[in-house]
Amino acid sequence: MKAKMKTRTDSVLKNQDKNRLIIVGILVLGIIFCYLLVGLNEKNFAYALSKRVPKLYAMLLTGGAIGFSSLLFQTVTHNQLLTPSILGLDSLYMLVNTMVVFFLGANSFLISNKKAHFLLSLVLMMVVASWFYKMVFKKGQQNIFFLLLIGLIVGTLFDSLTGFVQILIDPVSFQTVQSKMQASFSTVNNDVLILATLMIGGALVYALPYFKYLDVLALGRETAISLGIHYDQIVKRMLVIVVLLTATATALVGPITFLGLLVVNIGRYMLRSYKHVHLLMMIFLVSMVSVIGAQFLIERVLNYSMSIGIIINFVGGIYFIYLIIKGRTQ
Amino acid sequence: MIQLRNITKSYHQKKVVDDVSLTIPKGKLTSFIGPNGAGKSTLLSVMSRLIRCEEGEVMIEGQKLEEWEPKKLAKKMAVLRQSNHMSLRLTIRQLVSFGRFPHSGGRINKEDEEKIDEALNYMQLQDIQDKYLDELSGGQRQRAYIAMVLAQNSEYILLDEPLNNLDMRHSVEIMKTLKRLTQELGKTVIIVIHDINFASCYSDYIVALKDGKIAREGTSEELIEEKVLKSIYEIPFKVQHINSQRVCVYY
Repeated sequence: MKAKMKTRTDSVLKNQDKNRLIIVGILVLGIIFCYLLVGLNEKNFAYALSKRVPKLYAMLLTGGAIGFSSLLFQTVTHNQLLTPSILGLDSLYMLVNTMVVFFLGANSFLISNKKAHFLLSLVLMMVVASWFYKMVFKKGQQNIFFLLLIGLIVGTLFDSLTGFVQILIDPVSFQTVQSKMQASFSTVNNDVLILATLMIGGALVYALPYFKYLDVLALGRETAISLGIHYDQIVKRMLVIVVLLTATATALVGPITFLGLLVVNIGRYMLRSYKHVHLLMMIFLVSMVSVIGAQFLIERVLNYSMSIGIIINFVGGIYFIYLIIKGRTQ
Repeated sequence: MIQLRNITKSYHQKKVVDDVSLTIPKGKLTSFIGPNGAGKSTLLSVMSRLIRCEEGEVMIEGQKLEEWEPKKLAKKMAVLRQSNHMSLRLTIRQLVSFGRFPHSGGRINKEDEEKIDEALNYMQLQDIQDKYLDELSGGQRQRAYIAMVLAQNSEYILLDEPLNNLDMRHSVEIMKTLKRLTQELGKTVIIVIHDINFASCYSDYIVALKDGKIAREGTSEELIEEKVLKSIYEIPFKVQHINSQRVCVYY
């Protein structure tokens, strides 16, 4: 009875939630195990692992960053069907790549050198995004949906520009552009991974103390303000983190933000807890399962005949339609 | 004490609240009445820092509203608006426990549990405290939100149309509860209300707004007068005295 009283308002994880986290955790370990070890023999052992371990790490990092940023984004926008891709960062990434190939050629240092390519994409995305937000918020616009609308419009503009320039470039260069357009974990390099780790880790450390505020923030603007939350300030800070995470993940492996929709909604579905700390744990695990699972499928079953972006978009798209239909019938 | 000085707020050049100055009596139940679009809700939102006004200032206990630290202010003043759309799936108890956030910062301790139980009892929600909000009727949800505000245990309680979605029985219960809060615990309650008879029977002080300005303010006896109400609402009123209460007939 006393124990029951203590957990009455359940700041502690409920048993069911805990069990589910453990089960998905075990699933993640199993998939990692499969991914690393299937197809190994004495001869290729060292070589295969030297390829697979960095790739696995890139997947953990990207999956985590995408899941994390989508969770933050959905909380600050109070909408569970949005992903940060609506901010137009993917489109900007594509535009940058296409422009570099168009003006400097497919063999340019900025495309072939992984580090240079990563830094260029990242810096440009961050600069454009921060300039853009400053402009919107400076005008006294506190409405985040105005920002999303602009992001959507500018994103479409970038897409059209990209499409236009791609028509102009020669077929060989086009191939290069196209390879950059599809998310891939095969091309990451170690220096870039270290940098990305620092950025994503930094974002996580910065955002963690805010998690208890995010729980309250999810109640809606007015209730949150009544409960003493510095609402506008926290929303802006979290948006910066969202941009940082999305930009890093996109610069690392290419456009893959749709993954966020999938993993955040599955994560929410699987837990009863509304607390962001718990949700984040689940979302991390779910995104590990999806990304590593999809990559495993591509490498060992489909023999690289498909890219991970296609699988994610395919599954994510179906799930998205399901969510919309379910939302409509409620 | 809450003091408003020359508050002006406009949307797209239209002044919704126009140069309003007002002092809210402490420890009383104050009602804002007036026709639609008179600026009642806007005024309440300005007072509770939900929206900013262009001109004028709000003083809470002698200190400007903007100068209050958000967390400190949350212990002083709680506000509840009409629309409570929420994407989270919470039980009543979980929602009410959020009221303790300004005090405990998300870690519920024993004192918080007691306050939560108290608030649930006050709103008679103990039996359904583990139900999810999306399973509740409009009235139950409304009471759950009010319970959250009670758990916040602030000196000032601002409610925007607390009787929305409620039937007569629950409306009466809520008004009685609010009245009790002022009498037993010395809280200052400010509500926006449409039902003139509820305002008449339960308020200590009434502020009537029209076109963004204060049309009249005063005690219930001063305000609930046929002439006064007619000038505010522009329809004929009859005020009857029933059991020493003033009841308006305007149908």
